[in-house]
Amino acid sequence: MSATSITSTRDRPRRRSKLLIREYIAFYLFASPWIIGRLVCTIGPMLSSLYLSFTDYAVITSPSWVGLDNYIHMFTDDPLVWQALRVTALYSLGAVPLTLLLSFLVALLMQQQIFGVRVFRTIYYLPSVISGVPVALLWMWMLNPEFGLMNNFLRLFGIEGPKWLFSTTWVIPSFVLMNLWGVGVPMVTFLAGLKAIPRHLYEAAEIDGGGLWAQFRHVTLPMMSPIILFNVIWGIIDSFQTFTPAFLMTNGGPANASLFYGLYLYNNAFKWFKMGYASALAWLMFLIILLLTGLVFRSSLRWVYYEGGLQR
Amino acid sequence: MATHDLDAFSEAREGLVLRVRRVWGSQRTQRRVRITLSTLVIVIGALLMLTPFAWLVSTSLKPEGDVFLVPIQWIPREVRWSNYFEALTFVPYGQYFLNSVKVTGLAVLGTVLSASLVAFAFARLRGPGKNLLFIILLSTLMLPGEVTLVPIYLLFRNLGWLDTYLPLIIPSWFGGSAFYIFLLRQFFLTLPTELDDAAKIDGASLLHIYARIVMPLSKPALATVAIFSFFTHWNSFLLPLIYLNTSEKYTVPVGLRLYLSTLSNSHWNYLMAATLVAILPPLVLFFISQRFFIEGAVLSGVKG
Repeated sequence: MSATSITSTRDRPRRRSKLLIREYIAFYLFASPWIIGRLVCTIGPMLSSLYLSFTDYAVITSPSWVGLDNYIHMFTDDPLVWQALRVTALYSLGAVPLTLLLSFLVALLMQQQIFGVRVFRTIYYLPSVISGVPVALLWMWMLNPEFGLMNNFLRLFGIEGPKWLFSTTWVIPSFVLMNLWGVGVPMVTFLAGLKAIPRHLYEAAEIDGGGLWAQFRHVTLPMMSPIILFNVIWGIIDSFQTFTPAFLMTNGGPANASLFYGLYLYNNAFKWFKMGYASALAWLMFLIILLLTGLVFRSSLRWVYYEGGLQR
Repeated sequence: MATHDLDAFSEAREGLVLRVRRVWGSQRTQRRVRITLSTLVIVIGALLMLTPFAWLVSTSLKPEGDVFLVPIQWIPREVRWSNYFEALTFVPYGQYFLNSVKVTGLAVLGTVLSASLVAFAFARLRGPGKNLLFIILLSTLMLPGEVTLVPIYLLFRNLGWLDTYLPLIIPSWFGGSAFYIFLLRQFFLTLPTELDDAAKIDGASLLHIYARIVMPLSKPALATVAIFSFFTHWNSFLLPLIYLNTSEKYTVPVGLRLYLSTLSNSHWNYLMAATLVAILPPLVLFFISQRFFIEGAVLSGVKG
């Protein structure tokens, strides 16, 4: 042991590297659940889904290679794909901006020193904890043309309400309206963002003679733009994933007017067991989302402000 | 002369004070008006948000025919508590409830354990390729589950897991959603590393540091993840729908759907009673953990 002091200088790098290697191993051990999970549940499935998209596969028989047939069929021969894309696009064009505007507005109003903000914050968030089937059932009843709350309410003003879920024109607005009930989630992200804006920016704007509008336009909006971006992207992905309400409330009807993309994919896979075609649909959806997200990101270089000047 | 100057000075000062006060006063009124208007809008909005709940409760307590009365009777003429009893015995609702509790409980447990291990690696350890892995982690956040729905279904089918709870539980034991890992990592980064170093000098293993130092200090973040994943798994519909065939194995959402198809669209009082029971667990959990949960949502929301 007396030799340690002499050799230690030479030993140190090696010992450190040994420690470092042990830490590396530990990193991979700790991260292994996620790494294995992603290999088995994300990367593997994505590859096999890519393969399946070039096959005809009805589960009972083994998949048979059909080349690009699924994709060709999708683009040239299946009007329902276009219907599903149209429905999804219409829905997100309504739901994304409206939800965004409303949640931003509510967050801005709550940011004023209102009495009992906490209670209101809770109330607005409340519907968001019960997504899925119960919400779908409740809204089916809310939007019942004869006895539902909505049309009963409209009747108070002498308005005969539309048939909502039973009308080809009103079925998408019905889903948009229902989506607005979940305004609490983006609202909370906006509240967090508003809280994080440093006071001195507003003070600086005030000293420069900026009124409320100028403060909003030149301080609040730029500072909130990353969160707006996040919510836009999230909203688009969410629209493509809409399944439960469409499946339960209308099953795509009337006349396919609410055939959401997620529902059409489900029908192909689990109703008609066209696993190959469903995989091709899934890949189309993936590419569209990728493209849209890319476009939004691209445009965001112009309208999103990153505080550190961190524009990528 | 001097007094005159002084008078002029004080006059000027008084004028200034008055003007300042007027401006200040008007700004204060402005502010007051603004806050009053904001409050008014927020209150109306809150009432609108609550109305569907009121409608739910009111319908669930009405006798069959009164559901269809126009105009609406908010307070039922005859409060029928027995609706709940009938709604819950009409299908094996208790069974569904237990199934949901079981699946959700095991999935939440798996999520919290595995996500925290992975988050520990990302927050505290060095590893080659860590940055790349973290980028992959963030991009899986954006990957819609539908893309891998079919192949994962086929995988579990080949494993013989159809009509079992395994497809609903096991994936959660492998990190769950990237979102939870991200949230926990952010929290772990805020913890001081001095404690780790001290423990390391004492020869403590990393697992010890994880279990005895980081985890106990992270209770709020862990609870947030647990609550989030509780909501997700409790409300989950698509997965139990495709994996469970036997109706005794149904979870609450799939059971509710069975309800809808068997009762058709007329027995709204029973349907609403069953719906209310289904949303009770998340609502109760939300009220218990409310403040804390929204703080957590806030924490995770800033990732944009």
